Amino acid sequence: MGLNHDHDSHPPPAEPGRALRLGIGGPVGSGKTALTAALCRSLREELALAVVTNDIYTTEDADFLRRAGVLDPARIQAVRTGCCPHTAIRDDISANLDAVETLEATYAPLDLVIVESGGDNLTATFSQGLVDRQIFVLDVSGGDKVPRKGGPGVTASDLLVINKTDLAPLVGADLDVMARDAKKVRRGRPVAFTSLRERPGAPSVTGWVREMIRESRRPAAGVAPAAS
Amino acid sequence: MVSDGTDDSPTPRDVDGSHNGSDDCSEGSEGSAGVGRVMDANMLLLADSRLPAGGHAHSGGLEQAAAAGTVADLDGLADFLRGRLATVGLVCAALAAAACRHASVDTPADAPGPDGRDGWALLDAEADARTPSPAQRRASRAQGRALLRVARTAWPHPALDALDALGSLDVVSGRPGSRGPHHPVALGAATAAAGGTAEQAATIAAYGTVTGPAAAAVRLLGLDPLAVHRVLAGLAPDVSDVGAAAVRAAVHAATTAITADDGWAGLPALSAPVLDLYAELHLQSQLRLFES
Repeated sequence: MGLNHDHDSHPPPAEPGRALRLGIGGPVGSGKTALTAALCRSLREELALAVVTNDIYTTEDADFLRRAGVLDPARIQAVRTGCCPHTAIRDDISANLDAVETLEATYAPLDLVIVESGGDNLTATFSQGLVDRQIFVLDVSGGDKVPRKGGPGVTASDLLVINKTDLAPLVGADLDVMARDAKKVRRGRPVAFTSLRERPGAPSVTGWVREMIRESRRPAAGVAPAAS
Repeated sequence: MVSDGTDDSPTPRDVDGSHNGSDDCSEGSEGSAGVGRVMDANMLLLADSRLPAGGHAHSGGLEQAAAAGTVADLDGLADFLRGRLATVGLVCAALAAAACRHASVDTPADAPGPDGRDGWALLDAEADARTPSPAQRRASRAQGRALLRVARTAWPHPALDALDALGSLDVVSGRPGSRGPHHPVALGAATAAAGGTAEQAATIAAYGTVTGPAAAAVRLLGLDPLAVHRVLAGLAPDVSDVGAAAVRAAVHAATTAITADDGWAGLPALSAPVLDLYAELHLQSQLRLFES
């Protein structure tokens, strides 16, 4: 799938009216949970939301979101992954699908379900069976070479977020290099630079999510028609 | 250790040779796992830990045992697995065998259980009765639900649809994540749907009760995976024996029922109280990597 030049390689949601399922993945500490919280804060007034967290350790992330008060705690479900966060979002998505469908059934109709993966490495990516769109979150402190290294998350995600830009001068990361490399390996797919510390609402990512939801609701006319 | 009082059942090593997958769980092939069947690739898929049915996130009590320090090395793991196989393993295997037999009935959606009530609901209740720990019930239903999802996709079958319809059975708790059939029941039905026999269902069930915790031990304790597989290989004959014994028990329970009500009541009902307690402690634990 990473070889597809068309950036809209994912099929639209199978069932009309179903919530858009959005995966958020990336390495440990890059800001996945903070971004999830930002999206909830920015979108909760206009969209019906729910979140599934995948945690390798405790229910830390789910607890953080609940404490942050960004969403009704009952709309946040935690999935445990048996030490294998990538398995739960890619090879065996059953527990996550179960959580997503339970939330969708309990709080129908939902507009957006965010599935936040446990922190993993650059090869982690979401199965198309689990999410409709996916965001991969990096941060500048991992070094400005990371986009060049690629990996499915960096190259094939629908949106690459490079977070903690406020730290770039402190860690010697060159944002221009990161932007140039990301552009090269992503073949035109979008990249957003964020500093959730400076702009907690993550307006660029929020705008992208709004667009994805609008797109998923459009009749499949202009784009390649889905199989069914 | 088993109620294996069947004198007239065929030996587990009987050669069937049949390749007609439609009625493998019927009376004629009880207890037989023909040589042509043992390596059926559909059965390998069903037993494979890569089957996307959620098993990778369940440790079968091993995580709590490791936390409690009762399993810390290979010897401890071997003891744990032996105990689990002889108790939970046999109970699950017998339930899977009974479910496989039940799924072979022509119209499973309407098939009555031994007492005339909805068979799947009854068998599921028997599984419930043999799973006293609420945490284990929840884990079993979560895995049953996940298995049903992949089985219905891979091997569509009316028995699986009937089990799916049972999904709303657990109206008592009404909690999300508490619906769906128990795992051994789903496994037995899935085995039948994939063209397998009751003994294959039972053996896969028994196999899963030891391989799941063994994989968890590799991840949690850093045990040498090669050495862990030496332990599993040592247990393999016991796994096969438990599978065969489970089928005998399932046939025995069905054929020796005194009243119409106790057709499945005679299935093995061994308990492993420490595993029950571990399951409850695990659910309350602050730090857990596995669902169970």
